[in-house]
Amino acid sequence: MTEQVSMQDQIKETVTNNGVVLFMKGNANFPQCGFSGRAVQILNSLGAEFVTVDVLSNDEVRQGIKEYSNWPTIPQLYIKGEFVGGSDIMTEMYESGELKTALDT
Amino acid sequence: MVTPEQLKTWIETGFTDAQVSVEGDGHHFEAVIVASEFEGKSRIQRHQLVYAALGDKMKAEVHALSMKTLTPSES
Repeated sequence: MTEQVSMQDQIKETVTNNGVVLFMKGNANFPQCGFSGRAVQILNSLGAEFVTVDVLSNDEVRQGIKEYSNWPTIPQLYIKGEFVGGSDIMTEMYESGELKTALDT
Repeated sequence: MVTPEQLKTWIETGFTDAQVSVEGDGHHFEAVIVASEFEGKSRIQRHQLVYAALGDKMKAEVHALSMKTLTPSES
């Protein structure tokens, strides 16, 4: 139980201490899944500065982030501590211009 | 292996009268869901409703699901 709490705290720290965080499979240079790759592409094309967390390298994080966001899939994007969504939502917000606005403000 | 038809049925159980269409190859699926329950909800909340309908199946049977979530007036 204590371990569970500390993983949630750790995730909270990661998403609040970094402006833009992408939880993904693999890393920005070598995404291990098409959806994660698309998420990276979108952020790059908007010139966003972001940190990535590879959920494949740590199963506790992989399970922890799903609980933290109440979201069962990866990738997951956080901007200023707020959960933005997965790759579908990122794509829709990219196409509508909302994602650029969210990143710029 | 999960068929698009099965996935469609699973999603439909979470809604009163949603229009659901699913395409997929058993591993990757694309779904369009039109439901009045999405009214007034954010994108995140809409997807969470679909995920809630699928429950543990998201962890096991369904590996990758893309979706569009629309209200009847948006469709």
